[in-house]
Amino acid sequence: MSDNAKISIDGLTKVFYKKNSSVVALKDINVEIQDGEFVCLIGPSGCGKTTLLRILAGLETPSIGEFTIAQGKEDRPIQSMVFQEQGVIPWLTVYENVAFGLKMRHLPKDTVQERTDYYLRKVGLDKFANLYPKELSGGMKQRVSIARAFANDPEILLMDEPFGALDEQNKFILQEELLNIWSETKKTVLFITHSIDEALLLSDRILLMSSQPGQIIDQKTIDLARPRNMEQVRSNKEMADDFVNIWKHLQVEVQGSRI
Amino acid sequence: MNREKIHGVDYDPFEIEQQEWKKRQVRERLKQILTITSPIFILILWEFLSRTGLVDARFFPAPTAIIATFLDMGANGELYQHIGISLYRIFAGFLLGVIPAIILGLLMGLYSPIRHFFSPLVMALMPIPTLALLPIILIIFGIGEVSKIVTIAGSVFFPVIINTVAGVVNIDRIYLDVAKNYGASTKDFFFKIALPGSLPVMLEGIQMGQAIALLTIVAAEMMGANSGIGYLIWTSYSSFILKEMYVGLVLISFFGYLFSLLLRGLQRKLLPWK
Repeated sequence: MSDNAKISIDGLTKVFYKKNSSVVALKDINVEIQDGEFVCLIGPSGCGKTTLLRILAGLETPSIGEFTIAQGKEDRPIQSMVFQEQGVIPWLTVYENVAFGLKMRHLPKDTVQERTDYYLRKVGLDKFANLYPKELSGGMKQRVSIARAFANDPEILLMDEPFGALDEQNKFILQEELLNIWSETKKTVLFITHSIDEALLLSDRILLMSSQPGQIIDQKTIDLARPRNMEQVRSNKEMADDFVNIWKHLQVEVQGSRI
Repeated sequence: MNREKIHGVDYDPFEIEQQEWKKRQVRERLKQILTITSPIFILILWEFLSRTGLVDARFFPAPTAIIATFLDMGANGELYQHIGISLYRIFAGFLLGVIPAIILGLLMGLYSPIRHFFSPLVMALMPIPTLALLPIILIIFGIGEVSKIVTIAGSVFFPVIINTVAGVVNIDRIYLDVAKNYGASTKDFFFKIALPGSLPVMLEGIQMGQAIALLTIVAAEMMGANSGIGYLIWTSYSSFILKEMYVGLVLISFFGYLFSLLLRGLQRKLLPWK
């Protein structure tokens, strides 16, 4: 195990037991993620990638195996999650949503105010601070979700298909915004997606998963220089090859799980 | 530029849509008028039938006569005492029922062992009309105010607790995950997630409880009281002063409507996010 590993997952297996149909959601997962690395986890739906993220997020427990997340600063929370679409709490205003993690940690009022304002400005929602989520578009809601996670200043960020429900234009914009904020903080990120384009644009490294049992079967390092944007990814020959390779892999997996 | 020729005739699309819009406005206004027509129609019909003797004015005194009686009763002040004491019982009983129902309901919704322990009790006790327990309540709490307040509390309690539990149980799982992921303490979880998240359904229960409270107060005052609107209805009926009885009935209807409006207003205040 290298010294620099921020997240290390060791022999992690998760079984969902039901009387007649038990499922091996994750089988013997071994992963190390370096400090400051942006890693995307890509795989067919139902391959257990969300389960892995939920385990790291403390929302599920592994059946066997373990994981550690290295603690840097002591007063930092270990992890914060950006949830799929509906993770913004409807009875809290935009401001209260972004401040949620900070308030739960009972930080001093001015710290909460300062950090919340900073990230509201970062995602361009400072004018909407007092609105309720019902008045926001899907893209704005995900901005709230991202600001909430970054404002909490955790050791690592976990993102569960945060842009999955957005239309394509919004998705591109938010992806670049995310990269902007990320490049400022250099957080370690584990990001789940089923979009190959998204993974190529965002990642330092892509982990490929198979389904049933969910295993990490391959990985790819993405060397494209940062800052990146979608046009670069689209016009780069190497990226195009990577896209095809990953697609071939996924195709096999998706078809395999249909049988 | 907006004019187009269709079959050689000039049409302005904006003009056409404006006509349509105006028609819709008129239709909306007609519907509003319709809502107030029905009560007015009934009152006029009643007045007419009663005045002409087509129905027996002893049993169905004309609305104007009822209003006159109301003003008479108001003049000697006794009426306000009856109203005051009934309102006091309703509010006290309402609070005594609603507050424990919300607390226990939230606990039941959040903690499944508590839910499993209490829900058979709630289910078994709910169908028993509190009024049927009035004799027992009178024995325990005496003939005074407490027994009426307890009776109302008992009947308000059930719709509120059932809706509160349902409200908590139906909070979308993802909000619970968010709270857990961001390290919410038990107290924060209670006040920032469970309470506000269950509030919409809970308020529906409180609305129901409010209606039941009015039904209960009248019946309870008929059976075991010597004051209040229910008592007024009962004594005027027994002594065949039906005009006064109608005054009591109209009062109940008025307060029921008023409370509904107040609660709707409260709902809008408490749920700006809906």
